Amino acid sequence: MTTALLFATGAILIIAVLALVYRIITLVGIAKGDNTKVSSSNKINAALFPVLLVVGFIGIYWSYNDASQYFLPEAASIHGKETDFLFNTTLLVVFLAFALTHILLFTFPFFFQHSEKRTADFYPDNDKLEIAWTIVPAVVMASLVFFGWRAWSDITAPASDDAVQIELMGKQFAWEIRYPGKDLKLGKYDVANIDNTNSMGVDFDDVNATDDFMAREIYFPVNKEVELKIRAIDVLHSVFLPHFRVKMDAVPGMPTRFKFTPTITTEEMRAKTNNPKFNYELACTEVCGSGHFGMRKIVKVVSQEEYDAWLQKQKTWLEKNPDYMAVWEAKKAEKNTVAQAN
Amino acid sequence: MASVVLDVEHNAVGHDDHDDHHHGNFWTNYVFSYDHKVIAKQYLISGILWAIIGGGLSLLFRIQLGFPEADLEWLRPLLGDWITEGGKMDTTFYLAAVTMHGTIMVFFVLTAGLSGTFSNFLIPLQIGARDMASGFMNMLSYWLFALASVIMLASLFISTGPASGGWVIYPPLSALPQAVSGSGLGMTLWLVSMVFFIASSLLGSINYISTVINLRTVGMSFGKLPLTIWSFFITAVIGVLSFPVLFAAALLLVFDRSFGTSFYLSDIFIQGELLSNSGGSPILFQHLFWFLGHPEVYIVLLPALGLTSEVISTNSRKPIFGYKAMIGSMLGIAFLSFIVWAHHMFVSGMNPFLGTVFMLLTLIIAVPSAVKAFNYITTLFRGNIVFTPAMLFSIGLVSLFISGGVTGIILGNSALDIQLHDTYFVVAHFHLVMGSASFFGMMAGVYHWYPKMFGRMMNNALGYVHFWLTFLGAYLVFFPMHYIGIAGFPRRYYSFTNFDAFSTFTDLNTFISIAAMVTVAGQFIFVFNFFWSMFKGRLAPLNPWKSTTLEWTTPRKPGHGNWPGALPIVYRWPYDLSKPGSDKDGHGDFIPQNVPLSETTSSNTPEEEDLVQLEDGLKKLSDHREANPFI
Repeated sequence: MTTALLFATGAILIIAVLALVYRIITLVGIAKGDNTKVSSSNKINAALFPVLLVVGFIGIYWSYNDASQYFLPEAASIHGKETDFLFNTTLLVVFLAFALTHILLFTFPFFFQHSEKRTADFYPDNDKLEIAWTIVPAVVMASLVFFGWRAWSDITAPASDDAVQIELMGKQFAWEIRYPGKDLKLGKYDVANIDNTNSMGVDFDDVNATDDFMAREIYFPVNKEVELKIRAIDVLHSVFLPHFRVKMDAVPGMPTRFKFTPTITTEEMRAKTNNPKFNYELACTEVCGSGHFGMRKIVKVVSQEEYDAWLQKQKTWLEKNPDYMAVWEAKKAEKNTVAQAN
Repeated sequence: MASVVLDVEHNAVGHDDHDDHHHGNFWTNYVFSYDHKVIAKQYLISGILWAIIGGGLSLLFRIQLGFPEADLEWLRPLLGDWITEGGKMDTTFYLAAVTMHGTIMVFFVLTAGLSGTFSNFLIPLQIGARDMASGFMNMLSYWLFALASVIMLASLFISTGPASGGWVIYPPLSALPQAVSGSGLGMTLWLVSMVFFIASSLLGSINYISTVINLRTVGMSFGKLPLTIWSFFITAVIGVLSFPVLFAAALLLVFDRSFGTSFYLSDIFIQGELLSNSGGSPILFQHLFWFLGHPEVYIVLLPALGLTSEVISTNSRKPIFGYKAMIGSMLGIAFLSFIVWAHHMFVSGMNPFLGTVFMLLTLIIAVPSAVKAFNYITTLFRGNIVFTPAMLFSIGLVSLFISGGVTGIILGNSALDIQLHDTYFVVAHFHLVMGSASFFGMMAGVYHWYPKMFGRMMNNALGYVHFWLTFLGAYLVFFPMHYIGIAGFPRRYYSFTNFDAFSTFTDLNTFISIAAMVTVAGQFIFVFNFFWSMFKGRLAPLNPWKSTTLEWTTPRKPGHGNWPGALPIVYRWPYDLSKPGSDKDGHGDFIPQNVPLSETTSSNTPEEEDLVQLEDGLKKLSDHREANPFI
């Protein structure tokens, strides 16, 4: 109640002050006999544009430098290096376009401000100019498209046969991770199989599934191609690995994929960033409900030896859940009876 | 008040405006009016009210982002149980605020408030028509919008909260009430409201198109239309072609939500329950949504660019540079706007080959956009610039259009979009190029045409303060978001503290929030100026900006039918500003469109001299039309 009263009083005060200012400005205007075609404020407005130009460029320079300390460290993947380079090049190109146009846009108001002594040029068109500034952006765009297309084709090309396959499954509000086990093949799945134990709906009739294991953290071997098999079981999610420049939506009913090669181990990155607590992270970037901002997983990039050692330690899911196969068979039998009864 | 009376005698010459007023009653004149000018004002005032609500919502979530640690108990009188026991903002409410801010700003403010206001107000006045082709449809259009508004507003107050899956309402999140509470009744109201909104928009657009095609006055060929009318016309065509697709998308979503179909749903296990939906595709919805969603960007932007063309030309005292190139680039943008939609979906899982195609098409659309920007700048070159508040907002628009547009070149590149998609870089991009630029266009329009709308002048000094505050504010709020986006911060995050990678930039987020609060507060200078000047403003001269277009040939407050006598005849294009020889013809530095070429012999070009002999024919045609008004 007091807050509301405070707001109301504030609002009334502001309106009163504005009304007063307004009245004074009007009266002063009448007293001065506002006859001139253009008031003196024209000069002030004209001068403010070049001032803003200078202040603005200083501000951009300073703020960019200040902000860059918080930018992501160098890309930790092969394609990330390429897209970062492409990003920085494009940023430079568009910044030049931005700077050039703004120099003109913010100085013309000053140089060509109203003067009683002058009349404006009657300059309705110039075909050569129009053609020039159609062709120049078109050529620049064409080259950007070309480089973008090359990078995009490489990134989206099929993964090599020996790529490490890892399944990421999004759900509200967590990620689940499945590794293929010794046979290097992920088993089939079906949402219909999901129950309290089998949270990823793995199909244990598929031999390939029997040695699969679930992990709490994501491990990538360094310098080895990884293919993420991405899916979701409730709403859209999106796999975002910012340090690797990786992003792909997780879609219920439509599995997606992303292949890339990590190049810097967690330890190396800790040294590079001078931050002993550094960890790669997985985040969700497609709004998925109230817990959207909390879908985090830690990602570890390790050497091949460490990775192999880690793999050795992992128990398959069925080893961890020895009773499940009985449940599975019972469920199947029940399904069959229902089917037969129908 | 003596001063005001004085102003009447000085400025308001020849006002025949007492004749046509006050027939009919309050309801037919001000509520269910068929008059395009009244309907325009209804749209404008509704738009302003919506902008206050939409801006207010943005402050709520900016408080959360800028001051994540703060005790928000003081917001309880406003938000009630959306503030948790611990004095924090509810995470679902945060999403709802983000969603409703987007929906309100895109559709209710920048589509209805901008296009609805100025298409209605300016089309008949600038083409020399008595009113819209169908006054009834026009009235219906506004009141369907009002109905949509009431439903959308009501959804803010229900206990489960309004829609909260983002303004793009991607299913399955928007389809499943168990996924988020806002997808219950709130989403139903959202969809019902949008159905009425789409119907309203279609009625309006069809009206604009038929009016521009059929009701142009004698001599007003397409080649003599002001760029404002071109932009409204093209916008209406885009609307007619794209809004029905949103309607289809919404209808299928209604079926999925309420009637058990599976257009968008497949393989879903949620809240411990397996859903029976099978075979649908969430990607289908994204394709349908963005088939409207991307043209929608231009539905919002093109009218703003049209208004700006007019204001920049008038106040530079120069013809707009490259009139034909401007029309050509608008047509190009309109065409291309329909074939770039999937650049919103590069990482949605669609076929990568489509990504290549849409990257190419997207970067092509940068070319006509660049042409427009260059033409605006060249219009300023060697002008004689008068800085009215409208002119300042127009220059501001060009600046924001460029700074927001260039980052589109980065985002349109599918390889770069992988990292930047759904980060604050995108937020920065579209708030500058679509949000702020269109808002500035709308402000330019209000300041410029206010004298014609209300017969009084707005206060310039307050206008200048409003402009500089808003211009600086827009940059201070949205420019730093590029940095946050480059650092990878995702959109629609309630807080960033869960992640090591995103736990930086807390000071910058606080800075942005404060800048946003000051900027939003500054808009009340405008609101005050707007309503106060309606009653207390200086009486407007007939042609305060020395403009060439037809609306300034009407009485100070045009009555029903706009022109008391015969409709004006158009003899020339709308940009005869500072034409060599025009002062010898007694027209100072501008020649209105209705001045015959035969009266301006010293300023005519040789081609125009040849056209003089056609004028008798135009006059005869005009007489004929006046004698037979219903043909």
